[in-house]
Amino acid sequence: MTTTPRDITRRQLLARVGLTALVAGPFLSACATGGGGSEAAAPSAPAPSAGGASASANNPFNVKADAPLEVIIFKGGYSDEYATQSHEPLYKKAFPGATIKHQGIQTIGQTLTPRFAGGDVPDVVNNSGTDNLDGGALINAGQLLDLTPLFEAPSVDDPSKKVKDVIVPGTIESGLGGDPAKPYTLNYVYTAYGLWYDAKLFEKEGWTPPKTFDEFKTFAEAAKAKNIVPFGYAGKNASYYAYWMILISAAKIGGNKVLLDIDNLADNAWNNDAVKQAAAAWAEIGKYMDPAYEGLIHTEVQTQQNQGKIAFYPSGSWLEAEQAKDTPEGFEYGMVPTPSVTTADQMPYEAIRAAAAEGFVVPSKAKNAAGGLEYLRQMLSKQGARDFTEKTKSLTVVIGATEGLTLSPGLTSVAAAQTAAGTNVVTFSSFEGWYKELETELRKQTNALMFGRISAEEFATKMQAAADKTKADESIIKQTRNV
Amino acid sequence: MRLGRLTPGAVRKWGFIASFLAAPLAIYIIFFVSPNLQALQLALTNSRGISPDFQYVGLDNFTRLFGDEVFWAAVRHHGLILLVMPLVTIVIALFFSFLLNLGGGQKNGQLRGVWGSSFYKVVFFFPQVLAVVIVGVLFQAVLNPQRSGILNSVLSWFGVDPVGWLIKPDLALWTIIGVMVWQGVGFYVVLFSAGMAGVPKEIFEAAALDGANRFTLFFKITLPLVWNTVQVGWVYLGIAAFDAFALVQVLSIDRGGPDNATTVLPLEIFRQTFTYYRFGYASAMGVALVFLVLTFAALTLRVTRRERIEY
Repeated sequence: MTTTPRDITRRQLLARVGLTALVAGPFLSACATGGGGSEAAAPSAPAPSAGGASASANNPFNVKADAPLEVIIFKGGYSDEYATQSHEPLYKKAFPGATIKHQGIQTIGQTLTPRFAGGDVPDVVNNSGTDNLDGGALINAGQLLDLTPLFEAPSVDDPSKKVKDVIVPGTIESGLGGDPAKPYTLNYVYTAYGLWYDAKLFEKEGWTPPKTFDEFKTFAEAAKAKNIVPFGYAGKNASYYAYWMILISAAKIGGNKVLLDIDNLADNAWNNDAVKQAAAAWAEIGKYMDPAYEGLIHTEVQTQQNQGKIAFYPSGSWLEAEQAKDTPEGFEYGMVPTPSVTTADQMPYEAIRAAAAEGFVVPSKAKNAAGGLEYLRQMLSKQGARDFTEKTKSLTVVIGATEGLTLSPGLTSVAAAQTAAGTNVVTFSSFEGWYKELETELRKQTNALMFGRISAEEFATKMQAAADKTKADESIIKQTRNV
Repeated sequence: MRLGRLTPGAVRKWGFIASFLAAPLAIYIIFFVSPNLQALQLALTNSRGISPDFQYVGLDNFTRLFGDEVFWAAVRHHGLILLVMPLVTIVIALFFSFLLNLGGGQKNGQLRGVWGSSFYKVVFFFPQVLAVVIVGVLFQAVLNPQRSGILNSVLSWFGVDPVGWLIKPDLALWTIIGVMVWQGVGFYVVLFSAGMAGVPKEIFEAAALDGANRFTLFFKITLPLVWNTVQVGWVYLGIAAFDAFALVQVLSIDRGGPDNATTVLPLEIFRQTFTYYRFGYASAMGVALVFLVLTFAALTLRVTRRERIEY
């Protein structure tokens, strides 16, 4: 990109003697290793707390009214209509002069990585999906904006309340990253994880969801007798659905500390008895699976459940919406917590894994970073949240945003499970995003465990070895969490 | 030729040649040489690819390669693919092209292909027309591990239980190699057919008149005469053996699984780049891959070099 006059004369010279090829020199400097970052724009960090002259409750971030805004949405299970038909119009209503450039894509990582490297970044990124951007790496490179001003700003619906007071507790913590930890990610969707089943099928067969693993095995035999596979997941691309279940059980046995230790790469965190017991319990259930499931993708297995071939499927609260088109008449989704493993479990059966998910970030080098923050603030309005729930059949982190909405059966069961769980919430696992190498290994070993190639003991040993490797690797920047 | 004397005539002549070479050379250098050199440069850094700032770390990335079991698993897989896939593809392709061109016996003193050979030629070429990813998606259905999978449902007519083609760690890589062969054979049938068509018919007829059977005709006459073409095919297929990215990405379990059983270097490079953001390390893998391919190509050309038969 830096074509100096000297290059031009050299090009003319070389052209004359027919050595045009050497002119590739200036092109080289335009690529990945050239440049040295001279053209990276300085971060246009907004200064909301400073309270500039035009900052107000309606425009706490001093957004330039006609500044264009570029929004990138992951077009996956939630599609991107909630953005194009609700959030973006809400922003436009606040700033009629602004033009919004919208892109709904699936390969967030591959599409945006070159743009981050080049300094030409969008203003809001919904960083989600299998091919998402590595949040930890972006934070370490100073590419993401600290969202503290957003959470401290007055909320859209009631300017006397701050944004952080109108969202579910734990949301901000779930988006912490870096060292010292700051909230870089707004996790927008309230997700509960558990075992999903067809309430109508269970009603017909007179089954009740098992509350202990002993009951689970009795149930498994009963289901097998009816030619129904008691539990199944897709090994080809969704083995993480299964490792969530193992981690939830480990936390129920030994408390959330087990998962915090794993996140913090504590010594022998994976060798904890709770992890081994959880892995052994799930491996027992794995034996009832059809070995073919290892070669299927999530939608194939989910469709089999819709066809009444599988009783329980591990997933999160997006499942009902994702399967809406394939769910036959008379199939009624319901979610229950994972069964208790021992009678001495630290957490009751009712405990569920619930977490804010579906991250939204604002790049620090965005041209309209203030607009990015404002967009997130509009998302966190009751209107924005209600529209999201209506379009995606998923709950948001905004408190009381479902008032007046009729929830689907699945979502109703999620809400019921939430109420029953109360404060018994199994924590999310940050290592999934922090240490991708460890996460990849966990996917691999989960399939090996659940499809009977290794024992629970070997599973723990192999995961501990991978965790130790991550810990010893100086090129991986370590993060810790206490809550 | 008097090089180095810039007479107006020489300038005009060389300028003329250079003007034709300039565009392809520039494209080659910009899109091939420069990325390779950049990869070499990146391989010496700790770049994460998302920031213009990175440090040079010397040969750290290459030292890391030596202790990386996934890398070695991938290299072993390339070794197996390299041993099996080109050989099987070439044997099948030679067999088919011999049948299509010379295997049908004589008529009016002329050797001809088996009945319907012009039709088969077109059919064999079909897989080559399909993009690799489409072949992958096709084979997802063919190799589906359930009884409803195309291959498994055919097998079930004979009472065979569903086979986990891509699930069994011992079987998965062989299955991928099978798909690679299926996809490759058609092109080499056409390539070898062209090679055989280039051999004067009289040679075959003379041999046939002397009473050579098809076996002798193939091994003593045809194969030596198309050896150059086979050699070219061997290099192409060998290079293809170092790829296999798209098929493994689409077909394998958990991208390279189960338990690393099918992973290949391009896939690991992709993972290191877009999942782990280790652009430096991924580049080091890329450099290793380039050296593997170059070594293979150089060795093959050396080993298979022989006198060209003039006719």
